[in-house]
Amino acid sequence: MSQIHVSTTLNGDPVEYLCEPDETLLDVLRDRLGLTGSKEGCGSGDCGACSVTVDGRLVCSCLVLGAEAQDREIETIEGVAQGENLHPLQQKILDHAALQCGVCTPGFIVAAKALLERNPDPSETEVRYWLAGNLCRCTGYDKIVRAVMDAAQEMRGA
Amino acid sequence: MLDKTKDPVAERDFKVVGTRPVRPDGVDKVTGRARFGADISAPGMLVGKVKRSPHAHAKLVSIDTEKALALPGVKAVVTRDDFAENKKQCDVLRNIMAREKVLYDGHAVAAVAATSATVARKALKLIEVEYDVLPHVIDVDEAMKPGAPLLHDDMITKGVDPEPETASNIAQRYEFGHGDVEKGFAEADVVVERDFKTAAAHQGYIEPHACLASFTPDGQGELWCCTQGHYAIRGFCADLLGMDISKLRVTASEIGGGFGGKTTVFLEPLALALSRKTGRPVKMVMSREEVFRASGPTASTSSRVKVGATKDGKITAGEAEFRYQGGAFKGSPVQFGAMCAFACYALENVKTVGYDVVTNRPKQAAYRAPGAPMAAFAVESVIEELAVELSIDPVELRLINAAEEGDQSSFGPTFPRIGLVETLEATKAHEHFSAPLGPNQGRGIASGYWFNFGGATSVSLNIQPDGTVALAVGTPDIGGSRASMSLMAAEELGIAYEKVKAIVADTASLGYNEVSHGSRVTFASGLATIEAARNAKKILCARAAKMWEIPEEAVEWVDGHARPAGANAGDFEPMSLADIAKVAEQTGGPISGHQEHNASGAGASFATHMVDVEVDPETGRAHVVRYTAVQDAGKAIHPSYVEGQFQGGAAQGVGWALNEEYIYNDDGRLENPGFLDYRIPVCSDLPMLDTVIVEVPNPGHPYGVRGVGETGIVPPMAAIANAVSAAAGVRMTELPMSPPKLLKAINAKKANGSA
Amino acid sequence: MQYEAPQTLDAAVALLADARGAARVLAGGTDLLVQLRSGAIEPDLVVDIKRIDELKKITAEDGGYRIGAAVSGAELGEHEGVRALWPGVVEATELIGSTQVQGRATMAGNLCNASPAADSVPAMVAADATARIVGPDGVRDTSVRDVATGPGQTSLGRGEIVVSIFLPARPARSGDAYLRFIPRTEMDIAVVGAAVSVSLDDEGTCVAARVSLGAVAARVLLVDEGARVLIGTKLDDDALQALAAAASAACSPINDKRGTIEFRTDVAGVLARRAAQTAFERAKG
Ligand SMILES: Cc1cc2nc3c(=O)[nH]c(=O)nc-3n(C[C@H](O)[C@H](O)[C@H](O)COP(=O)(O)OP(=O)(O)OC[C@H]3O[C@@H](n4cnc5c(N)ncnc54)[C@H](O)[C@@H]3O)c2cc1C
Ligand code: FES
Ligand code: FES
Repeated sequence: MSQIHVSTTLNGDPVEYLCEPDETLLDVLRDRLGLTGSKEGCGSGDCGACSVTVDGRLVCSCLVLGAEAQDREIETIEGVAQGENLHPLQQKILDHAALQCGVCTPGFIVAAKALLERNPDPSETEVRYWLAGNLCRCTGYDKIVRAVMDAAQEMRGA
Repeated sequence: MLDKTKDPVAERDFKVVGTRPVRPDGVDKVTGRARFGADISAPGMLVGKVKRSPHAHAKLVSIDTEKALALPGVKAVVTRDDFAENKKQCDVLRNIMAREKVLYDGHAVAAVAATSATVARKALKLIEVEYDVLPHVIDVDEAMKPGAPLLHDDMITKGVDPEPETASNIAQRYEFGHGDVEKGFAEADVVVERDFKTAAAHQGYIEPHACLASFTPDGQGELWCCTQGHYAIRGFCADLLGMDISKLRVTASEIGGGFGGKTTVFLEPLALALSRKTGRPVKMVMSREEVFRASGPTASTSSRVKVGATKDGKITAGEAEFRYQGGAFKGSPVQFGAMCAFACYALENVKTVGYDVVTNRPKQAAYRAPGAPMAAFAVESVIEELAVELSIDPVELRLINAAEEGDQSSFGPTFPRIGLVETLEATKAHEHFSAPLGPNQGRGIASGYWFNFGGATSVSLNIQPDGTVALAVGTPDIGGSRASMSLMAAEELGIAYEKVKAIVADTASLGYNEVSHGSRVTFASGLATIEAARNAKKILCARAAKMWEIPEEAVEWVDGHARPAGANAGDFEPMSLADIAKVAEQTGGPISGHQEHNASGAGASFATHMVDVEVDPETGRAHVVRYTAVQDAGKAIHPSYVEGQFQGGAAQGVGWALNEEYIYNDDGRLENPGFLDYRIPVCSDLPMLDTVIVEVPNPGHPYGVRGVGETGIVPPMAAIANAVSAAAGVRMTELPMSPPKLLKAINAKKANGSA
Repeated sequence: MQYEAPQTLDAAVALLADARGAARVLAGGTDLLVQLRSGAIEPDLVVDIKRIDELKKITAEDGGYRIGAAVSGAELGEHEGVRALWPGVVEATELIGSTQVQGRATMAGNLCNASPAADSVPAMVAADATARIVGPDGVRDTSVRDVATGPGQTSLGRGEIVVSIFLPARPARSGDAYLRFIPRTEMDIAVVGAAVSVSLDDEGTCVAARVSLGAVAARVLLVDEGARVLIGTKLDDDALQALAAAASAACSPINDKRGTIEFRTDVAGVLARRAAQTAFERAKG
């Protein structure tokens, strides 16, 4: 089984790596590139903790092969804040205490960011259904949904 | 509601306690920087994986590791032969690695360390295990029957007089209560008696168990793992590996949820053993499937509850029998179930009996208020039925019988100041209580009780030269506790919250700390933090006294400053903490306060939940449309995180009530070891979860804190069952109330009605 | 395992046809990767079809639409034309998994995975959709009904790829709908699925209908009797009751962790009735 050479763009930067043909993008990110912000909660597409975007589409990186990333643009949680500046979603999650353990938080932020880029003014129901693939066992989602709605409002105002 | 005039704690004006600042570990967690169990690596690291039993019950005849060891890249295999018999940890030892028998689907039989995950997985397939399959038993009632397959030939039921002569699957019988229930039932005008069942649920933390172990040839070990209690992990591991406690240093990673499930060892001793054998660091991470099959879900239960009351609603007697299976080894939380069952009520006659039963399932671990939710589901369902029969509002009925300060609890001790009545009053006063219901909707209410633990706690508080404070606690932060600790330290020292930075220290840096469980962290570590701050203040005052050349007693600490205590002491400009810290080196060296103690004075916490559920009568689907959780927090240190605990408990309760369950097939294999079919609530399943924080101070804590982490999961199942039953017109007595069950009940009622 | 991402259909077919061991097409991977990771399948070759341009397109054809096999659910949902013509098919496809799964999952993959509970398949069957298949022997068109032959089994030959799904044109005053039953609101596999497609005349009387059920038999069912009882009616209560009865009667489900025989049979009738009502409303416009 020979390894595959992949060139891709990760959080705006060119990146190259070698990976096994059956290795997932999540494993590449975590184990080869040291980006452990994306989490593996299930490895089967059920929890969303591994959420990233590929060419702007929200996906579970545990269900993408590392080899598929060739010439794509990958965005992960590590690329959400711009330098010192947190993204409004990150700030609102903090302000609303919308995390307890925080292991689901990167996935929620990546997923919610993808939502607000498409729909700057989502209803509560739209937020809930968009985020249905992101499991949180700690919070009961209440504060997360509020934080996302609040961030949306702030981003519309800005 | 709260009579402030009587209460010194409630009277106190807090400056920072009760505010909602951003938590100290917040930015790390929203940027992906926070490091959880699986997020670190070490040079030369190997990957460890576990081979697990496909059988529910079998003799372990032989394990052949030769072919696996011959595979290039495989560095070591460990089996039962690598762990010495251990009388003290007999069950823990057998749970982490099967010895004579495998006792459940997923039971570990071997572990391998290899240079990559791929090689490790291949190696697992090459390990040859010979099993002699035995009959198995999954259901608690089946397991109790004479003639059921026996898990342990030597299990003689404890707590029974005379001691039984033959072995059974019943580990122990418990009994609690007082008065004479027969007399009580004779006095009753109405008696309701029902049978109940609840399925095993899993804590469902999103982060699977993970650890990195490193053992050096001189016998020193380091372990990084996600746990609720790294000191406890250290104890288990040192014992199982036969090493000195001081030679094993355990660091708690950030923890991605635990809810009681990360209070014991699974992978950790295996990783250490593999690292010892290979001389290289070994990382082990469970898959989600392994988490479901082989960590510690909660008990499944069956029970019978009987309650009698007079026409005016006075409960004359309560009696219950609880049967909890806790998996392959003794220790189901039935004792707590039997204790908490009637804790909400002041009863003259009460009796509860509990049976701790073993079955061919993974050994249960604690899950949020272990044992109490199942008992509350049964009792609070009967209370609701009683209210209907008596035509008394369910909150009124609870108020008539509610336990208060001075009442003897159903499990023995007399209650100190408690807040059940206040939660009931707040429920009644809430707008939700009288809001109109839509078609096919029903409202349910239930109350619940859970203890708070205290226990061994060590905290160290170091004052830095620039006047900031480093606070080291030894209880892993499972829900924002570093923020609460920082708030309490800041409050006590009279400085800004931002000046305090709390961390979770490793096992070498502090004295022993009990696990983050039993709703004890904010209470016990908080208490120790306050004491540590008080000790630091004494030193700060002494340093000021030294500089002012006055006696130490003549200095007091007010509003973050040392000042002369009264006019006689002299006239000096007050010195702030920063002022004193700056010159600490000249006045005697570094300043720190610490506290090591067994925390006592933990307060009990009561909650009342109210929920509206809509039922689709044609499909049996129940949907929660409105939820209000009311709970006594004593004093909410960081109200947002207190609300978060209420909401999390409620959400988990919704899952347990409606869909979550361990499903076994006829071979005793778990059928749904994944989040696709073990159905925890998703975002679109839930409405906003309203909360009301009631504050009836705990007299045992200087700020009045009560633990809030667990009580919130005690009432939901009963509240939801009461709502579903009201909406569907059928009494549901089995959890989960999944659509096939609910539709069947609805259709049966229709058939009876039209017949 | 070998991974290939050819740029042409010919190359893909050649790779698959010439493969020595087990070979698999990779579309969105939302089934394939789960099966790979669990060890359920161990292919020697995986051919990623997402770099083949013609499979990434949705094109209008003969008043209907041809949907490329590499079009994701999210892309389909953003296509106003298909949504307007076959709203039931689009809503069924959009029910597959989460937003994340939608970013990858394809209708063709849903079809070829051959799960009896696949959500888009009953809707496609009700729509009388056709799958275009390309293989070493050339091109063939077949009814989507004939692709899956049983759980995990398809009629595809060695080297064959489903390249597109064709949703036909339909008369004015037509509508379709798909409903499924799941215990939660999202993230579950259908316990029962029901799709109904109807066409009405100017008076609003049903002149054509197709009824399809998922997760109640080893394959997705086309329930002719369900269609028969709707045709000639205005979907009054009697017709809807007859539809429900016909749907329930057509079921031959199993007991499993997701539902009982009794439950599936019951709910199939309920969902068929409800889906018909929605399809009828849509047809009336
Ligand atoms: C979390 C989660 C939730 C899900 N929820 C649902 C749900 O609600 N409803 C539902 O129906 N499904 C669900 N699924 C299953 C899956 O998402 C769907 O079946 C999806 O449509 C599969 O499409 P895909 O493109 O990802 O297929 P892939 O995984 O790429 O392929 C699936 C199978 O079809 C074969 N194949 C794919 N494309 C072709 C082709 N063009 N020609 C020949 N063979 C091909 C592959 O070799 C493979 O065997 C879920 C999956 C996950 C992970
Ligand atoms: S780890 Fe990818 S969805 Fe759970
Ligand atoms: S905060 Fe713990 S899972 Fe979401």
